[in-house]
Amino acid sequence: MSTTLLPTIDEVWSWLAEVPDPEIPVVSVTELGIVRDVRYEDEMLVVAVTPTYSGCPATAVIDLMIENKLREMGVADMRLERRLSPPWTTDWVTKVAREKLKAFGIAPPIDGTASDGMSAKAARLSGQNSLSVACPRCGSIHTERISQFGSTPCKAAWRCKDCLEPFDYFKCI
Amino acid sequence: MPEVETTADVVANDPIMTDAALRPAFFEWLCRLGDNTLILGHRTSEWCGHGPVLEEDIALANTALDLIGHTQMWLGLAGELEGEGRDADTLAYLRDVMKFRNILLVELPKGDMAVTMMREFLFDAYHHLLLTWLSSNSSSPRVAEIAAKALKEVSYHLDRASDIVVRLGDGTAESHRRMQDALELLWPYTGEMFKADEVDERLSDAGVAPDLAHLRGAWESNARDILEEATLTMPDPAGYAHLGGKQGRHTEHLGFILAEMQFLQRAYPGASW
Repeated sequence: MSTTLLPTIDEVWSWLAEVPDPEIPVVSVTELGIVRDVRYEDEMLVVAVTPTYSGCPATAVIDLMIENKLREMGVADMRLERRLSPPWTTDWVTKVAREKLKAFGIAPPIDGTASDGMSAKAARLSGQNSLSVACPRCGSIHTERISQFGSTPCKAAWRCKDCLEPFDYFKCI
Repeated sequence: MPEVETTADVVANDPIMTDAALRPAFFEWLCRLGDNTLILGHRTSEWCGHGPVLEEDIALANTALDLIGHTQMWLGLAGELEGEGRDADTLAYLRDVMKFRNILLVELPKGDMAVTMMREFLFDAYHHLLLTWLSSNSSSPRVAEIAAKALKEVSYHLDRASDIVVRLGDGTAESHRRMQDALELLWPYTGEMFKADEVDERLSDAGVAPDLAHLRGAWESNARDILEEATLTMPDPAGYAHLGGKQGRHTEHLGFILAEMQFLQRAYPGASW
């Protein structure tokens, strides 16, 4: 079989851009930045995927969805590779995806605010949470954190003090 | 993305993974890391559906999930290193009590919220230092990449645990009393984190792991800061320490965890779904 019959790397990326995240289906796996590499080893297509959180139950589902998509597009010879480093960071979530998250009711991550393990102390000492997250519904920044942990590993629970709605914040790592 | 390729190549060519002389000690050491996160993850998961408020229930379940994720990476690497066909599941579900290498601190019953959160804090403060060292200094790129991944999550665990220790310690008379009791109950189990044996020394000599005695100073100073802020009295760091977990000598509590965790694989060997 001639290699010219194989789909191009760009074509594969465009197909992967149609695979939604199973828990937040408005964004795709490429927009989340978890597809790290697409390449051929001889005629075998290799897709490197990095987990968001190490225990995230969606990881296995994402692998399956990627595999199904590529099979549907006619790729027969493929391998998925788990890549741990560099570890996933919310900085890789694309600008477009951030707008989609907001429209979906999830406040997008604020870059550079990942925890260093001492940020709670800094917040206590300053008497307030230094993070200012805008409510995705009404836009108010008069909001408060209810918990650092939310409905999925990647989110924290927040509440708007103006429109009183609770909302998810896509926390930084 | 050339920089990603380089990282992948470095990781694939880990010289420590092929050092046959180091292998037995390296395997033991990886089991210690994986068993600590497995058993603490299991203990923490016992709160699922029983948390005092919904947000705490969810936070504890998320923490447990992260720890089980770390277990899959550490025990997965241990199995790969051993090269005898055991994966993370086999190691978690088919070893008996004496083969577990977790420290005693993590197997103690979850107790009340004070015991649960004080243990999280004492362990997280150590875990955070250990992973920080491993991610930037370990001579094994495979170990360093797992540590870097886990560190991001453990940073949030330490944030939350520190915050709650301060809030409950410096809270009501009742919450203060419970936190001080929890601290005194757990304190004699913290010494094991820093007590190096032959395995720790071999790994430290090979540059894979830190000198545990070295971590102790930073841990004590971080712990003291938070405990003082929480108006709690830190017990004597040089006091008595319960030892043995890292070598497989456990308290009576571990067997009960395994009886529950391993039941399915024991009753229906090889069952999968």
